[in-house]
Amino acid sequence: MTYKHIGKNFTPPDIEAKVTGAARYAEDFKREGMVFARLLTSPLPAGRIVNIDYSEALAMEGVVGILTTEDLPQPAPPANPSLASDIITYIGQPILAVAAVTEEIAENAIEKIRIDFERRPFIVDPLDTLVEGGPNPYPTGNTLVRNAGEAAAGTTVSGTDVGEVKWSRDAINAFRAGQVPEGAPFPEEWAFGELEAEFAQCTTIVEEPFVTIGQPHHALEPRTGMAYWENGRCYFHGSLQSHTIGIAPLAGMLGIDPANLVFINENTGGGFGGKIFPYPVMAVTGHLARKINRPVQLRITREEEFYIGSARSGMQGRMKLGLKPNGDVGAVDVIIVGDAGSGGGASNSSAAEHISLMLQPAAMRFRGVTLYTNTTPRGAQRGPGQNEMAAVLAPIFDKAIRQAGLDRMTVRRQNAPVSEDLIGPRRGALTSAFFPQAIQMGADMFNWDERQARSGQRNGNKVTGIGLGMGYHSAGASGYDGLCRIGTDGRLYLHTGVGNLGTYSYASVVRTAAEVLKVDWNNCEIVRGNTDLHLPYSTYQAGSNTMFTEVRTNFVAAQDALRKLKEIAAADLGGAADDYEIDGARVFLSSNAEQGMTYAEAAQRAVEMGGEYSGETFPDELNDVTKRSVQGLAGTGLIGVAKDTRHSGTVPSMTIGFMEIELDLGTGKYDIVDYTAVADCGTIIHPLGFRQSMNGGGVWGVGLSGYERHVYDPQNGLSANVGLYQAKIPTYLDVPLNNNTAGLNIADPQSPMGSRGVGEPSQGCAAAALSSAISDALGGHLFNRAPVTPDMIINHVAQLDHFNTGDLKTNTF
Amino acid sequence: MPAYDNMPAMELYQPVQVEDALSLASRLADRGWLLGGGQDTYGWIKDRAKRPEALIDLNGIESMRGIRETSDGIEIGALATLTEISTNPLISERYALLAKAASVVASPQIRNVGTIAGNVSQDVRCWYYRRGLDCYRAGGNLCYADTPEAQNREHALFNASRCVAVTPSDTGPALVALEAQMVISREGGQRVVAAEDFFVGPAINITRTTVMEPGEILTAVRIPAKWANAEYFYEKVADRNVWDFALVSLAAVMRTEGGNIQDSRLVCGAVECTPRRLRSVEQAIQGQPRNQATADMVAGMASEGAQPLTHNHFKMPLMDNLVQRALTA
Repeated sequence: MTYKHIGKNFTPPDIEAKVTGAARYAEDFKREGMVFARLLTSPLPAGRIVNIDYSEALAMEGVVGILTTEDLPQPAPPANPSLASDIITYIGQPILAVAAVTEEIAENAIEKIRIDFERRPFIVDPLDTLVEGGPNPYPTGNTLVRNAGEAAAGTTVSGTDVGEVKWSRDAINAFRAGQVPEGAPFPEEWAFGELEAEFAQCTTIVEEPFVTIGQPHHALEPRTGMAYWENGRCYFHGSLQSHTIGIAPLAGMLGIDPANLVFINENTGGGFGGKIFPYPVMAVTGHLARKINRPVQLRITREEEFYIGSARSGMQGRMKLGLKPNGDVGAVDVIIVGDAGSGGGASNSSAAEHISLMLQPAAMRFRGVTLYTNTTPRGAQRGPGQNEMAAVLAPIFDKAIRQAGLDRMTVRRQNAPVSEDLIGPRRGALTSAFFPQAIQMGADMFNWDERQARSGQRNGNKVTGIGLGMGYHSAGASGYDGLCRIGTDGRLYLHTGVGNLGTYSYASVVRTAAEVLKVDWNNCEIVRGNTDLHLPYSTYQAGSNTMFTEVRTNFVAAQDALRKLKEIAAADLGGAADDYEIDGARVFLSSNAEQGMTYAEAAQRAVEMGGEYSGETFPDELNDVTKRSVQGLAGTGLIGVAKDTRHSGTVPSMTIGFMEIELDLGTGKYDIVDYTAVADCGTIIHPLGFRQSMNGGGVWGVGLSGYERHVYDPQNGLSANVGLYQAKIPTYLDVPLNNNTAGLNIADPQSPMGSRGVGEPSQGCAAAALSSAISDALGGHLFNRAPVTPDMIINHVAQLDHFNTGDLKTNTF
Repeated sequence: MPAYDNMPAMELYQPVQVEDALSLASRLADRGWLLGGGQDTYGWIKDRAKRPEALIDLNGIESMRGIRETSDGIEIGALATLTEISTNPLISERYALLAKAASVVASPQIRNVGTIAGNVSQDVRCWYYRRGLDCYRAGGNLCYADTPEAQNREHALFNASRCVAVTPSDTGPALVALEAQMVISREGGQRVVAAEDFFVGPAINITRTTVMEPGEILTAVRIPAKWANAEYFYEKVADRNVWDFALVSLAAVMRTEGGNIQDSRLVCGAVECTPRRLRSVEQAIQGQPRNQATADMVAGMASEGAQPLTHNHFKMPLMDNLVQRALTA
């Protein structure tokens, strides 16, 4: 299909400001009378506050106020409180905030505050609390329990509680040794197919343990916020990935009607899953501003970001995987113990779902345990579960394929999902899938056969490793609202409530409306970033879903505008609406193009006609956020607004990565000689954006399998990673200068423009390809973990494997 | 544990004459803090883990800048940046070992402001110490890194004495190999110390990493002609190719005659608190050809005597591998 905008590169309107530095982030906003707040955070991983004396701090010149737990509603554990007092569960947890006329005074005041703590035992390795008699990270337990409880007033988390799960010492010892923990309880379990019967048909079975280390978030923009109150309304400058979907939860945290919250967030310096929805510290900013009746900026430092900024969960697990003689995956039995940190969530089931989709086993069982630890709260991070599973699965799958004497690419291709395949325990359908074609396309680009022949080739100290791996993430939602407006100036105003987290997908998707309405891009204006600008209720900007979800909303909004254009023309010029068509910013009779009106004229007529045409009335099914916005726009032009319907099935975004490395046996270092990746993500609607997603994900994939990890000291609960340097982000010289990326570019039938997102699996396939390549270079050796760092490789080459962590320890070097 | 992020109020002195700086350093002694490139300054002070009362900003002192040829080699001003050293034609031509070492420090941005004086006199990078814990080095009575559960992958193999931190300097091993002389000035005087003696381990002084006393300023580094244009080897192995400190590094210079090694100096970084001379290797290879057979002959010799911690055994084969490479490169 030939499109006017879709599939074409364009310059998003905020690019220039990003390049010049003119783009404004939350920290750039100032307000007359603004004061600065700083946090006092916990030095203990577990305990409670017995007494706080902040009298000396409060008496200091320049100190304006202090916010403590007494000022905020306290959610019940495991909900993560904005400020903690009675139940402190990790180092760096905010305890109170001090506001002063300068940051320096606020920090000096914090030094004057005296706190008496009572310590509790703490744990940093999930297995240490899972073992019978082991300490619990919370006073009441160590695991998440879901129930139907209501959220406490002023808090947003509901339906969860802290329970306790324990395994026998024998089970723990067996699990640490990579064996099945016989008799151990698993609160999470699902299965499909006849597991034992399928294993019985497998001629190759591998059983391997694995551990993946969590990773902190390190978006360049920390989660700074600035808030002030005027006439009962809260104006909040924040840093979220999403925008309007955050209105209700943030208003709830502030205890106000969502109509009284103005949320301004023009640009966000990255989120990667750490800023999808409003986070607890935003309540501190808002409540402190209200308490002292001054604008408050609460700047979050880089170090604080590592404490409160959420992180990827770590996994400890074991996998049994069977191949049938023809290379079909017969059965998979996987156990995952997930580290949810303090009050966060693990990604066990989504990790298992990755296997269920990408390997398409005839039978599968997943058993899991989610455990809290006294470490930073865990949550979503780029492909949570799926990407770390991709990293450890690839070399294990390679091992099975090698044992079967088959080709690693061929076996992946033959098991890869197609549109008719199913996913997960509910055997859900897919919107579409063409992954075997993507694998073949990647193999052709990479010259698989030729490269594979170089596997293990020595050149002095260097040995060649060839790897491949698959990434997957569910990349689409539906049911949100779309809103556009044709102004009386004839321009198309594209209102969007998705966030601008730096991927430019917000701009790519609104072009759908321009496509439908056949408007030149220079006659379009994107309206976003401030709820006072009248934005629709849009999707969460996460999970690679924007490309699918918001194409749908912009499509239905544009369709609504198109209908109204035709009806207005018919009303004025005669005939039926169906007699009209559009082009060149005009609506005209199909039979006589001269008989028509411009969009500007139609918009003016919409204002005169009123009703639904200019937003005086609107569908009742719209979200309240959208309704308020339409009311705000009423009478200003022709309004296109609609609620999207629901799609059916999982929207799979899938990628295949191929990598060649040269590994130096003397140093444990390697050079990535080539990286090729192909995505099955539907129609590519913005080629440059697609390429950046693939490149960015590729870089982080190298980090996931090669560098990044949380390290905690079990002696005191301290994290060794509290800075960008310590987080071991891959650098420019650690990744290839050029990646070869491509999209299969086959449209998804449930997206009006055929698009699915690709951000998350682009990391998973690179991580998997690297771990596969490292293993390949070392003759198929399994480290059974991610990341694999140079010290581990050196130990292995020197036959010092016993010094490598082999017993599923997590949060360690 | 508040995450402080602001510089606390303190005095700032910006002398433009070295004599004035020495006078200030003498007067302020332990209360003062010498500021060069600032790469080992602002973190400490913003974190409030170090609390000097005054900064003595040396950057206005022109006499401490520049790279000069002398009658016996070259003299490098203490404020010469690592970028200047790595790109200086004189150093690149005659002392390529030092140019190479300077070129792999941290990142281009840090090399552009970081100085040679700062690189050799920076404090240890033990993450426990840097977090402000009350370890021996910080005046306490325990070492958090030297326990069975400690996260000590980057710590010392040799000569730990209460503290197991390692020297983080990339140029330090090169300077020791090149038999550099460190010019240390104080009010009314100056002393010149061999680079090998400049660095001190915890057994000698657990609160400092060099012989510098309060009131003293490292004003220049002299490289003698002895090793000019010598064969050299330098390799730094770090997790990442930018930004990271060494897991292990090796700096080596050699003179060969008739195909045999007549003289050599091999110095390892990041395996103990000071750059570690590999004297046994140097002695063993003297008179031997620089080839694989000699490398095999000294296999394992570099790491002899190592006392690894829980997570740093890998440094032993890594040391040995780098020596092998130095002899076969």
